[in-house]
Amino acid sequence: MTSTPGGLLLVLAVLVPFVGVLVGLVLGGRNAQRLALLTIVLGLAITIAIAGTLVQSGAAVVYLLGGWAPPLGVALRADGLSVVMLLAVAVVICGIGVYACGDFGTPRGKPETRAPFTFWLLLLAVWGSLNLVFVSGDLFTLYVALELLTFAGVPLVCLDGRGETLRAALRYLLFALLGSLLYLLGAVLLYGAYGTLDIALLAEAIRPEPITWAAAALMTVGLLAKTALFPLHMWLPPAHAGAPAAASAVLSALVIKGSWFLVVRLWLDVMPGVITLSAAQLLGALGATAILVGNVVALRQARLKLLIAYSTVAQIGYLFLMFPLVAGLNAAQLDSGDAISGGMLQAISHATAKAAMFMAAGLVYKVLGHDRIADLRGVAQVLPMTIVAFALGGASLIGLPPSGGFFAKWLLLSAAVTTAQWWWAVVMLGGGLLTSAYVFLVVMRAMQPAVDGWVPASSVPRYQQWSVLGLALCSFLLGLAALLPGDVVQIGRPAVLQWVLQ
Amino acid sequence: MNAATLFGLSATALIGVGLFGLLVSPHPLRKILAFNVIGSGVFLLLGAIARRGAALGMGGDPVPQALLITGIVVAFSATALAVALLLRLFDATGSVTLAADAPTAVPTDPDNA
Repeated sequence: MTSTPGGLLLVLAVLVPFVGVLVGLVLGGRNAQRLALLTIVLGLAITIAIAGTLVQSGAAVVYLLGGWAPPLGVALRADGLSVVMLLAVAVVICGIGVYACGDFGTPRGKPETRAPFTFWLLLLAVWGSLNLVFVSGDLFTLYVALELLTFAGVPLVCLDGRGETLRAALRYLLFALLGSLLYLLGAVLLYGAYGTLDIALLAEAIRPEPITWAAAALMTVGLLAKTALFPLHMWLPPAHAGAPAAASAVLSALVIKGSWFLVVRLWLDVMPGVITLSAAQLLGALGATAILVGNVVALRQARLKLLIAYSTVAQIGYLFLMFPLVAGLNAAQLDSGDAISGGMLQAISHATAKAAMFMAAGLVYKVLGHDRIADLRGVAQVLPMTIVAFALGGASLIGLPPSGGFFAKWLLLSAAVTTAQWWWAVVMLGGGLLTSAYVFLVVMRAMQPAVDGWVPASSVPRYQQWSVLGLALCSFLLGLAALLPGDVVQIGRPAVLQWVLQ
Repeated sequence: MNAATLFGLSATALIGVGLFGLLVSPHPLRKILAFNVIGSGVFLLLGAIARRGAALGMGGDPVPQALLITGIVVAFSATALAVALLLRLFDATGSVTLAADAPTAVPTDPDNA
């Protein structure tokens, strides 16, 4: 294995955000915001360059740190899965960056405060950690990346320093720390059994035996706690709903995807021959329960941000329906590529839609001074663009064509039909129905005319509304990816299928 | 039973004790301590694996030892972050309970809370 041309870009994708954090820490105050925006533009360019390299070469982009090949050295590796996630995160971070200029901007003349300064640095730190999760090819580097992600995500919850958000942050931290220790324990057991932590080498060496099952169970449960899959979701709603809107968008759209992506890596790349169909069914059942419980509880919420947070609990469930479908296709010796693409597309469309919805809720809060769903009337007159964006994001969550959610569910549904696992299809359709109920509830309330003499609590800059609408449109039009000539997700994937069949 | 096995079993016991403490005790500080006990168990296991995988003429496999040091640094920063959050929580609310239905109002004097 050697470094491929353009491999250095992977290092830059991780390094540039962290350099931004350190320089921003030194510069301080309002300079942190300018630096963050500059870093975001630079990072987006790097990500696009990585995607270009991958598509042109048609193979995974690899960089060996210090020129040492695994098992002695550590490799960074970006295949199709990594690159679509890198791109999605870069786009969402851009949208959030533009939006946050309104909430966390310190224009000339306004005194510098600590919350904006912290926000911009943590935004870059979350981005750098996520990029490391997507490109690292080594289980221990992934552990460090996950911890960095936790350390960057937890303070975002309690930026305003209120007691209840501090409590939510501490609960989140305790769940996340237990999760990462379980993951580390699993990784240690794998090292003890096979003597390597490199994903590619481990995939060749791994055998179905008790120590592998124990390690797989420990790592999966740890990652589920960090991803907040039912029944380990209790920390998520207070943490995501209590944070400022821009921070909620980062947490709900991006941070939970890091640990989910690691489950995908483990189950699809590290131990495809070890995972049994019944284990995958169990994971799918937890996902199905999350969809039903999350959606029903979301319907009962009185506050908009809590509703969106519970909707995240439900949408996380969809992300885990991919595993029984992929396992079923592999067991039937069929190509599981479409189901994997469906799962990734679900993650990306949820990331863009949920960021847009949380930021829309933030604007609604600004205009009304509260976010009680029962009293939303009049908002659509002041913020027509934002309510349209909320509806478009909601349409993607429901799965209406041509949204990304529609295409993702279509790919997953056809996999469910092919493998004769009709129960997952029922769950997906039922979940979509429940989702549509609460999206329509919110939009209908917002469309009602305001009472006479009502004035908005404050005005909202236009660029914030555009950033929300932009992200919602990304999610809504993502289904057009079906028209692309090739499937980017499949580039540079190891030939897992052939290996399983032998 | 050789030394590596003994250390491995002790590590398992530590992880078990820590897990029990983390799940059962309601006080956040105890939970943070329990997290550190689990961490010690995992690090001890790494040490045992390093000893077991030692090449001829060496005290241990250097890779798990390097991982161990990194792991300790990460666990230390995690503990520091958790304790800092706990102190801020006490400053803000005058109590350190994690229960969701705890009073969110700010009692100005913790002694009267």
